Amino acid sequence: MKRISIDPITRLEGHGKIEIFLNDEGDVANAYLQIPELRGFERFCVGRLAEDMPNLTNRICGVCPEAHHIAATKALDALFHVEPPPTAKKLREMFYSIFFATDHTTHFYALGGPDFVMGPDAPASERNIVGVIKKVGMDVSAKVLKMRHDGHHLLKLMGGRPVHPNWGLPGGVSRGITEEQRAEIERLGRDAVEFARFTIQLFNDVVLKNSAYVDLIVNDAFTHRTYNMGTVDANNKVNFYDGMIRITGPDGKEFAKYPGSEYQQHIAEHVESWSYLKFPYLKDIGWKGFVDGPDSGVYKATPLSRLNASDGMATPLAQEEYERMYDTLGGKPVHHTLATHWARLVELLYATERWVELATDPEITVGPFRVLPTETPTEGIGQVEAPRGTLIHHYKSDERGVLTHVNLVVGTTNNTAAMNMSVRKAAKGLIKKGEVVTEGLLNTIEMAYRAYDPCMSCATHSLPGQMPLEVTIRAADGEVLHQLEQYLPGR
Amino acid sequence: MHDENFDPRIIGFFCNWCSYRAADMAGTARMNYEPNVRIIRVMCSGRVDPDFVMAAFAKGADGVLIAGCHPGECHYNNQNFKTMRRYALLKHTLRAMGVEDERLRLQWASAAEGAVLARAIDKMVEEVRDLGPLNWPENWDTPPEVEDAIRMMEAEHAEALEVTA
Amino acid sequence: MSGNGSKPKLALYWAASCGGCEIAVLGIGDKILDITEAFDIVLWPVAMDFKLHHIEAMEDKSIDVCLFNGAVRTSEQEYMARLLRAKSKVMVAFGSCAHEGCIPGLANVTTHEDIFQSSYHDKATVHNPDGVRPQLKTEVEEGTLYLPMFYDTVRTLDQAVQVDYYIPGCPPESNRIWEALTAVMEGKLPEPGSVIGEKSTVCDVCPRIRTDKTIKAFKRTWEIEPDPEICLLEQGIICCGIATRAGCGALCPQVGSPCIGCYGPAEGVDDFGARMISALASVIDSEDPEEIDRIIASGIPDPIGQFYRFGLAHSRLRRTSLRGALHRRNAQGEVQP
Repeated sequence: MKRISIDPITRLEGHGKIEIFLNDEGDVANAYLQIPELRGFERFCVGRLAEDMPNLTNRICGVCPEAHHIAATKALDALFHVEPPPTAKKLREMFYSIFFATDHTTHFYALGGPDFVMGPDAPASERNIVGVIKKVGMDVSAKVLKMRHDGHHLLKLMGGRPVHPNWGLPGGVSRGITEEQRAEIERLGRDAVEFARFTIQLFNDVVLKNSAYVDLIVNDAFTHRTYNMGTVDANNKVNFYDGMIRITGPDGKEFAKYPGSEYQQHIAEHVESWSYLKFPYLKDIGWKGFVDGPDSGVYKATPLSRLNASDGMATPLAQEEYERMYDTLGGKPVHHTLATHWARLVELLYATERWVELATDPEITVGPFRVLPTETPTEGIGQVEAPRGTLIHHYKSDERGVLTHVNLVVGTTNNTAAMNMSVRKAAKGLIKKGEVVTEGLLNTIEMAYRAYDPCMSCATHSLPGQMPLEVTIRAADGEVLHQLEQYLPGR
Repeated sequence: MHDENFDPRIIGFFCNWCSYRAADMAGTARMNYEPNVRIIRVMCSGRVDPDFVMAAFAKGADGVLIAGCHPGECHYNNQNFKTMRRYALLKHTLRAMGVEDERLRLQWASAAEGAVLARAIDKMVEEVRDLGPLNWPENWDTPPEVEDAIRMMEAEHAEALEVTA
Repeated sequence: MSGNGSKPKLALYWAASCGGCEIAVLGIGDKILDITEAFDIVLWPVAMDFKLHHIEAMEDKSIDVCLFNGAVRTSEQEYMARLLRAKSKVMVAFGSCAHEGCIPGLANVTTHEDIFQSSYHDKATVHNPDGVRPQLKTEVEEGTLYLPMFYDTVRTLDQAVQVDYYIPGCPPESNRIWEALTAVMEGKLPEPGSVIGEKSTVCDVCPRIRTDKTIKAFKRTWEIEPDPEICLLEQGIICCGIATRAGCGALCPQVGSPCIGCYGPAEGVDDFGARMISALASVIDSEDPEEIDRIIASGIPDPIGQFYRFGLAHSRLRRTSLRGALHRRNAQGEVQP
């Protein structure tokens, strides 16, 4: 068979390539999303000081270090059995909301968005943020640049650096904010809410009013009916910082709800020899291959999943947009992968509203900002929603706080099976016999994974230590020879 | 590991005022001791930057011996206390890196203590001989399979279908 | 792809890195347009769709400047380093990973085998005598799939290819990136082999007040609430500012956190850990060997992490011993303590 290679995949965070095999008729026999990276964080963090983890795990990903920083900090709270003061939690959540808004902005305008603004088969030299800036004009560009600048400015103000903060501690944070800083955070937050609304309007005008794009969004080639995962608060509304993990089925009904500390009871991982990345799936359903539907354990944890797995948004403007999205797309749940871009903008709006809510909270400048741990560290789990999916940090240490065991379940990793399926389905749907394969066409296939806003640096942190594993050995003709398992329930 | 043919190469940093003179004295008195230490004279053991020790191992030394005046007798008053603390930190770090304790030694010896120094050298050489060569640069060797893997990659690229805009 | 033929060509590539350097480049804000006016960007996977075959098709030395971030630890990254070195006039090790290995370089405390061994063999319930794991070559129904080979040891860019300049930092601050790109645009680069940055240490720019350092005990960051005005090291917290190159503006101490050393060693320092040892030895207030050992054991339980957090791959020793006690396995393949 002939092979087309997309190498490297672009406009995402991390490394990968897509291999597409064409049969003699010129149809796609199969497509594989291969990730050639692996870093080993879980292995080399053993022996490190626990309090170094917010800084070490920052470097899992430079686009979403704040997600790791906060997950690590929460894991440290649990490890040292210390409860941070309420203001520290609010500061962390406000910081986190600012980060979420900035990250989602970067994705929409620099990573995924150019496909819509410039068109999926615009020349490669124009299909990028620079092309977007030139096309939308300086007024609009100025807004985008201001949002990113403001976001990183505030992250630096609170966390120390615009990329890779140095702020989280077991029991709190290293520094609070003054009233002057709070006022600036509030002011820029209100600007951000307006920017989020503006972006949604832009999405409306550029994407939703363009029937070719709408066709692409609802196209079956980009649709998968899988389970969905997200974190929700006590009212089942989306929350990025804290809450229970909730999973809903392809039919939209609640399938499971559990605290992050019980993750190992619900998730297992499958291995293929052609990618360094593993493929998580729901233990209770089992691994049935790269297929969707209620009988397959494949699930997604994307902005769309979070909305699907929740009962709504906790802030008013975001709730309005949430309702509008579902009304437009025919009700919950929505399984169109490209609609993730829309869901991401709903989250952008929520993040900015939450930012302002916390910036106007009367306690936000009132210390103390930390308490000192008094108990001996043992084991702790910290969970947050990273922009790209549910993120869990799990540490064990000796009595000195030197790590003996580290396990990380990282946002994008949740989506690896679905991403592979999306790429396969898009390739099969778009490349048909007789079709001339152009770079533009290949880019349209790449849009299938870009919607997930993958963070391959996150996903390739490691091979986990004690995760449940299922390994498949295949013969050259694809027939399964062996299935090896560990830590799977009931087997 | 005890290789009969292995002759340890040990770098010695000896301070001018005490230990270097002790070594001199041992020579003049025709004391017999192992010839494996390459002596580098420094004005004070406090001159020994921890980087010298790291560099010595990185360049292939099997052991490093630092020798200076007894605490309280430093020609420059107190600098050998710095040596003492640097040595403790170095030991601690090298141990974590996987360098055996016996390969780094700190020995105090006054100018009259040629015999003390000679015995310390003999003991160290024996211990390092028993450990075997360190050959630290071997840790950095690139496996030859890398070139094969790169060639396989080049072939993989050449084999894929050309897609033009 | 080539656009205006007279503009110098710029390539940005990432190897074993995290993407933070990319974000830092985007952090120059609207100046990104100045960059695109001055240069033809021919490769930038995070933001642009140029592919590998575009680069392979270029003439040697046709790229004017390549900003290469990330360390080298797979055969693919080695290939890209060599490819871009051949196609570029000037190769810059951009950011801490390329410069000194950075956090990915901490994998030099372990081996590729160790990582795979712990996941696929050491668990009691795994029955895996043939050692199934991701393969360099997998035959699937439709053809062959390839993965790159993993090294045991993470390498810095200059341990793989010849490097012309280094821009330090994890990531380099955006204003420093802009300064460096301006220097390129104006042809005002220093001598080849230089680090483009400040020469002295973070202490020089840190606003905290320093008086006398006499440390009887080192404190972990969660053990005390430090005074915000006074030098952190004086309060017993190990701050790497003493060995770290200035350039960030001492940002971390200003939010109450110690410097962790992300800008790498100051000018003239070859081994970051050696400099930390030297500096800390000067401030430990004890002349009793046993007390010294106690202070070190309790305050520095992780010398590799505390002294070589960013620079392990570029240190004198570069990695932990492969033959020594750390990786001994018995006949059954079990790791010995």
